[in-house]
Amino acid sequence: MRVQAQIEVSAPPELVWEMVTDPSRYLHFMAGLTRWEVVSKSPRGLGARYRMLMQVRSAEVGGLIEVVEWDPPCDLAWTSVTGLDQRGRWRLRERPFGRTHVEFRLSYGVVGAGILGLVAERVAAPTVQGHLRRSLHQLKRQVEHEQLRALAAERRGKSRVA
Amino acid sequence: MEETTRAAAVSPNGHREEALTDVSAAADAAPPDRGLIERLVRGVARQVQSRIPVADLDERDPDYIRENLPGLWLLASIYFRGEVRGLGNIPDSGPVLLVGNHSGGNLTPDTGVFTLAFSAYFGVERAFYQLAHNLVLSMPGLSFLRKFGTVAASPENAEKALEDGAALLVYPGGDWEVHRPIWERHRVDFNRRKGFIRLALEQKVPIVPVVSIGGQETAIFLSRGETLARVLMLDRLFRLKVLPISIAPPWGLNIGDMLGHIPLPAKITIEVLPPIELREEFGEDPDVDEIYEHVIRLMQETLDALAAERQLPFVG
Repeated sequence: MRVQAQIEVSAPPELVWEMVTDPSRYLHFMAGLTRWEVVSKSPRGLGARYRMLMQVRSAEVGGLIEVVEWDPPCDLAWTSVTGLDQRGRWRLRERPFGRTHVEFRLSYGVVGAGILGLVAERVAAPTVQGHLRRSLHQLKRQVEHEQLRALAAERRGKSRVA
Repeated sequence: MEETTRAAAVSPNGHREEALTDVSAAADAAPPDRGLIERLVRGVARQVQSRIPVADLDERDPDYIRENLPGLWLLASIYFRGEVRGLGNIPDSGPVLLVGNHSGGNLTPDTGVFTLAFSAYFGVERAFYQLAHNLVLSMPGLSFLRKFGTVAASPENAEKALEDGAALLVYPGGDWEVHRPIWERHRVDFNRRKGFIRLALEQKVPIVPVVSIGGQETAIFLSRGETLARVLMLDRLFRLKVLPISIAPPWGLNIGDMLGHIPLPAKITIEVLPPIELREEFGEDPDVDEIYEHVIRLMQETLDALAAERQLPFVG
């Protein structure tokens, strides 16, 4: 089952990339996430591993995931090593006037689970979709807020020099 | 599911079984002119005992559990609106004794909800076993439980699971607690069974209390029927101290619950409490009674809090 959500952020892709590649930020902007722990030597980059869990109705589901695609500041993809079969992707594309189109995709399922597995994937979809949508809104708010603070700090610095 | 109990004799399947010992002893001691009914009951008992599978922890099948988690998730999420809190209180690795209050009659939905939550949270790779009454494992159609890690309640199985570094779920209240009347549904009742404490002390593992609510609303339990069980010698023959009487679909009046029932869709909430390191909290030579009172008090307080949250029976 694949779910996705998208949003336009009023900030350049580099700023959004900084946010979506920083594991310490995930619990702050990802809705439904209950765990996002670094379990590899390197906290980010190709091959980085995380243990993640997301609350989906009666259970926290997830497992060990590994970053398999790292193309700054455009694409970040991960796949599951253990736990629920999943593949996630952040897709950032530059838009005019310093804006960024952000797309968040998540495919999930359990191989071999049969018909009940298919039914469960569809029943879970609205919850997962809701988590993705809320996550993107929170991401947008945090990135834009940080950009405003950075611009304000820059202005203050310039006025002091003047 | 029930607590491990100490017994001296060793059964052919490797368990120290009170019931098997009792049956053999009774057969030896019985006069030759014993009644037909008694012989019949004893024959059934032997049949049941012979069906109890030989314990093999390797029967737990992580791939099978993984493939069945979506179905279990559907049942837990939609039918029982399951909610499991505090799984982070369970140590991330190493052996641990999970001690739960037992509800729901012979079909215990809270065990299913917890097994799903545990397996999803820690991954099916982490060994997790549940002790069950021998009768449950010998029932036709329930052999799949062994793939989920359910093993017959015996001291050997419990010790072996913990020695292997697994998480082990026990229900000290066993058949006594699981069939308590519905008006006692918000009561933790281990019937003074303390074997789990001795097990934790011997194996030097922490106890993690697991408190659940809602399971005892999946049928209308009226009586444990302990007098009836005593009269029918079920205690001696099958280690059954009760013959429960309940109202449950599809039977209506349900005596014994041997064929199971369709559980009512009550909301099930489970709360996992922080681990209790027995020797750290109670000293090098701890008093079993003191630990028992402590565990019961903690679990009862949590159950009271969960009951206070609950606005309506069944609905939650």
